[in-house]
Amino acid sequence: MTPYSSFLFFIILGILLLPTMILGTMGKRLRYYNVFVTIVVLAIIFSGGDAGFFSLVAFTILQVVLVKGYITYRQTKNSSLVFYVISFLSILPLILSKVLPILAVDNWASFLGISYLTFRAVQIIIETRDGLIKDQLSIFQLVNFMLFYPTISSGPIDRFRRFQKDEEKHWTPEEYKELLYKGINKIFLGFLYKFIIGYSINTYFIMNLEYIADYKFIYHLLYMYSYSLYLFFDFAGYTAFAVGVSYMMGIRSPENFNKPFISRNIKDFWNRWHMSLSFWFRDYVFMRFVFLMKKKKWIQNKMLVSNLGYILLFLLMGVWHGLAIQYIIYGAYHALMMAGFNFFETWNKKHKRWPTGRAMTIVSIVITFHVVCFGFYLFSGRPFQ
Amino acid sequence: MNMNFKEKVLQVIAEVCEDDVVKEEHDLDIFDAGLIDSFATVELLVQFEEQLDINVPITEFDRDTWNTPNAIVDRLNELK
Repeated sequence: MTPYSSFLFFIILGILLLPTMILGTMGKRLRYYNVFVTIVVLAIIFSGGDAGFFSLVAFTILQVVLVKGYITYRQTKNSSLVFYVISFLSILPLILSKVLPILAVDNWASFLGISYLTFRAVQIIIETRDGLIKDQLSIFQLVNFMLFYPTISSGPIDRFRRFQKDEEKHWTPEEYKELLYKGINKIFLGFLYKFIIGYSINTYFIMNLEYIADYKFIYHLLYMYSYSLYLFFDFAGYTAFAVGVSYMMGIRSPENFNKPFISRNIKDFWNRWHMSLSFWFRDYVFMRFVFLMKKKKWIQNKMLVSNLGYILLFLLMGVWHGLAIQYIIYGAYHALMMAGFNFFETWNKKHKRWPTGRAMTIVSIVITFHVVCFGFYLFSGRPFQ
Repeated sequence: MNMNFKEKVLQVIAEVCEDDVVKEEHDLDIFDAGLIDSFATVELLVQFEEQLDINVPITEFDRDTWNTPNAIVDRLNELK
């Protein structure tokens, strides 16, 4: 059963979480009961057959072995080669899951949520490399973080140390009630976004677009706007469910969206759209790349380093969505927009030609909105059909 | 805490932000004010290592706790 896709799922979840909520409001946290809930929900999600239960188990064992092995290794040694090899092995199942379909063989490596789970494991390896995770983690801690069911299928991508802080926190009755209230609020927002607004845009507009738009250009233009809005409401709705259920479990999973359609420029947009993913790429790909270039003094030119960083980040983000033409072009498009904005920002800092003020802010928002929507239009794959 | 260290840190931040306002307003949120982005953050970390000999891993630099000149000085003091 796909998480949050049917009312049955919510009903089961509601019943399962009843003891968690009641005891939570009394200031008690039942760890073993929460583990039980996790196992039951994972069984429901992965029992469908095509969700890849055995791949999930094999994947989890592999990641636990890699992470625990690397932490032990890192306590005495710190070779870059070992770090890269371990990181590569950790990403290997994800790479296989993207490449196998292209080779037209059975995609045995894939399972629901592999793209998101890989980030959680790699992140622990990187923080161990940086010396921020020093003590060995228990299998329970690792599996509990990796397979946290509210966010298993499509994120948000949490960070281990942040997650662990919430996991170990003792919520007082007042604090838990606040969490519960916020969680329920988010879940209802999710219903509004995903099942009412997103569903309506798709069912009543996008699916009838052939009859609404006469001309090809108008059709594609309307498709661009409506698909962009649908994508936001559908994914923001899912995220609201995932974060809301996390709150009920006492974990404040990070948010993914912060009013992305009022972004003032493309850089601002990436601080507001699918934030847990873009921040992951920012912290673990872009910044590390720039740091390496600067420290080794391989490339001196600032503009070149940051633009190469953007190209690397967005092409990776593109292929992470899937090895299909629309995702690669989507990544390249955003790399181009970011590099273009980078030039413009540097130029404008010197010449101050772009006027400031309320009216200009609105102009900037409108331009950015269109740049972003065109990106989603590419992402949808419609132009390549 | 010696003042000399604080001044040095502020000087590094000012150089990276290309703005001396950080030397005056020690509680200014440099991310909100648009003085620094992820690229400049890396530059800051490289400068801390080269000029102050303090190694700050990228993953340690959390925007919520390294957001003002005062906060950065505090964090660096902890890592010194």
